[in-house]
Amino acid sequence: MNKNKNTYWKTNLKYLAILLAIWFTVSFLFGIVFAEYLNQFMLGGFPLGFWFAHQGSIYAFVILIFVYVYLMNKLDKKYDVDEL
Amino acid sequence: MVGITFLIYIIIAIVARAGSTKEFYVAGGGVNPIANGMATAADWMSAASFLSMAGLIAFMGFSGGQYLMGWTGGYVLLALLLAPYLRKFGKFTVPDFIGERYYSKNARLVALICALFVSFTYVVGQMKGVGVAFARFLNVPFDTGVLIGIGIVFFYAVLGGMKGITYTQVAQFCVLIFAFTVPAIFISLQMTGNPIPQLGFGSKGTDGVYLLEKLNLLSKDLGFDSYTSIDRGNLVNMFFITGALMFGTAGLPHVIVRFFTVPRVKDARISAGWALLFIAILYTTAPAVAVFARTNIINTLSNKSYDEVPQWFTNWENTGLLSFEDKNNDGKIQYLADAQLNELTVDRDIIVLANPEIANLPPWVIGLVVAGGLAAALSTAAGLLLVISTSISHDLLKNYLRPDISEKGELYAARVAIAVAVVAAGLAGLNPPGFVAQVVALAFGLAASSFFPAIILGIFDKRMNRQGAMSGMIIGILFTASYIIYFKPQLGGPGLQENFWWGISPEGIGTLGMILNFGIALVVSRLTPPPPKEVVELTERIRTPRGAEAPTGQAH
Repeated sequence: MNKNKNTYWKTNLKYLAILLAIWFTVSFLFGIVFAEYLNQFMLGGFPLGFWFAHQGSIYAFVILIFVYVYLMNKLDKKYDVDEL
Repeated sequence: MVGITFLIYIIIAIVARAGSTKEFYVAGGGVNPIANGMATAADWMSAASFLSMAGLIAFMGFSGGQYLMGWTGGYVLLALLLAPYLRKFGKFTVPDFIGERYYSKNARLVALICALFVSFTYVVGQMKGVGVAFARFLNVPFDTGVLIGIGIVFFYAVLGGMKGITYTQVAQFCVLIFAFTVPAIFISLQMTGNPIPQLGFGSKGTDGVYLLEKLNLLSKDLGFDSYTSIDRGNLVNMFFITGALMFGTAGLPHVIVRFFTVPRVKDARISAGWALLFIAILYTTAPAVAVFARTNIINTLSNKSYDEVPQWFTNWENTGLLSFEDKNNDGKIQYLADAQLNELTVDRDIIVLANPEIANLPPWVIGLVVAGGLAAALSTAAGLLLVISTSISHDLLKNYLRPDISEKGELYAARVAIAVAVVAAGLAGLNPPGFVAQVVALAFGLAASSFFPAIILGIFDKRMNRQGAMSGMIIGILFTASYIIYFKPQLGGPGLQENFWWGISPEGIGTLGMILNFGIALVVSRLTPPPPKEVVELTERIRTPRGAEAPTGQAH
C-alpha cells in the first residue's frame, strides 16, 4: 500500500514538473526574456512575443490547469485514492 | 440599471442566510465547482482590474503584459500546488493550516497578522473604488457613495457570511463580465469587422492595414515608443514584477479560502480551472480594449481642431480627467510624447468607461459598465472582509484567546467582526491615505514572500519544521517590507530609483523576498530538529484526495 502511495506521489511530482516548466516557458521566457526575438515572427497581425505576453500565455495557463485535472483524475483512479 | 443589480444581490443575501460557522466560513463546503469558479473570478477581479487595467495597458504597450500574465499565472500555481492539498487538510483558514502544520501558536499568530494586514489594505482600496464609481456616475458625493457601498456589503456579508458572499459573487460575475465584453465586441466590430475582440485587435482595420501595425506607426509618429516593441531596459523589472504578482496571487488569503468551499479535492482542482477560464475572458479582452481605445484616441483627437471635438471629449473634460492646454495656440490638439510640447492629458482610469462613448454606443451600455465596475469592487471587498472577520473570530478568538467559545458564540463573533470590519474599511475608504495603490503592491509582495513559501514547503517538504518556516516567513516579510517602504516616498521612504537593486522596483521585490524565504527556511529546517511524527503524517495524508471530509473548525 505504501509503495503504491510513493509511486502515486512521484508521478504527481513528474506531472507538476512538466506542467510548471511549460507555465514558466510561455510566460517568463516567451513573453519576456525572448519576446524581442519572437517579435520578428507574426501571428496574423500580432508580433509573436507581444502575443505571448498579452494573449497566448493566458490561454496556455487555462489549458495547463484542465490538463492537470484530467491527468490527476486518471491517476487517482489508477492508484485507488480517488474520492467516492 | 445599477439599482436592479443591487436588488438581485439583496435577494440572494436573504435566501442564502448562514446558520452555522461552517456556513459562515466556508459556505457549508458544498459549493458547486463552476459556481465557485465564477465567485472566485468575481472576487479576484476588483475595480482595478475592471476599470484601470485596460487603461494601464493602453499607455504601457508591451510592458502591460506584466499585469496580464502576473494576475492570471498565479492560478496555475494555486491549482497545481495549493488548492487540492489545502482542501484535503479540511480547515477553514490559512492561519489554521500554518498553525497546525507548524505545530505552533506563534506561527498561527504571525500568519494571522499577515492575513489581516494584507486583506485590510486591499479592502480599503476597494471601498475607495466604490466611492469613486458612485460619485462619477450616479451624481452622489464620494462620501455618500462609500456609505451606500458599505451598506450593501454589510447586509449580505453579515447575514450570509461566505454563503451569502459566494452566491452574490456569482451574480456579480455575470454582471461584470457582460459589462466588460459587450462594449468591446461592439467596438471590435466597428473597427475591424470582427466581433471577437481577441481576434479583432490582431486583424486588419477598415482601411486594410493591420491594427497593431497602424498603432505602432501612429505612436512612433507622435514620439511614443512603438506599442508592441520591447523596452529592453525594463526587462529585468518586468520579470520580477510578473513573478511577484503570480506568487503573490497564490499566497493571498482571500483567494486561497475560496478553495475551502467546494465538496471534494477534485472539485478544488477543477474549480481553479473554471476560475481562470472566467478570469481569462476579461483578461484577454482587456488588451484588445487597450488597443482600440488608444487607436481611437489618437485617430479622433490628434491634430484635430479643438472646436470640433466630439461630445464625449467635452463630457470627460468636465470631470477634469481629460484636459487640453493649447501651448502653441494653433487651436489644434497636439498629442505628443514630448512632455514640453504635449497638450493633451488623459487619465488612464477613464479608458474603459469612455470607450462606449467614443464608439457611440447607446447610454444604457454606459450604465451597464458602471454596474459592472461596482459589481467588481463589491465582490472583491466582500471576499476580503470575510477573511478579516474569520481571522478575528476563528483564528484569534477561538484558536488563540478563548478556545471554549461555543459554536453559537463563534458565529455571533464572526458576524460582529465582519460588521466592524465593514465599517472600519468604509471609514478608511472615506479618508484613504494617499498611498492606497502603493500599499496594495505591498500586499502582493508580502503574500509572495511570506505565505507562499510557507504553504508550499508545508505541503511538499516533509522535513520542513516550525523553526525553518518561521525564520523564512519573518525574514521574507522584513526584507520585502523594508525594501518597499524604503523606496516608496509615499510611505516615507528616502530611496531613489537609481538605487534599485538590479533595476527592480518595489512592485517586483516580492519575488526576491520569496526566494530568500525558501532559502532560509530550507537551511534552518535542516539545522534544527525534524517535525513531530503526527505532523509528518498530516503532511502525508493531505497528498491523496480520498478521505477529504467536510471542513471543520476542530483539530484533527
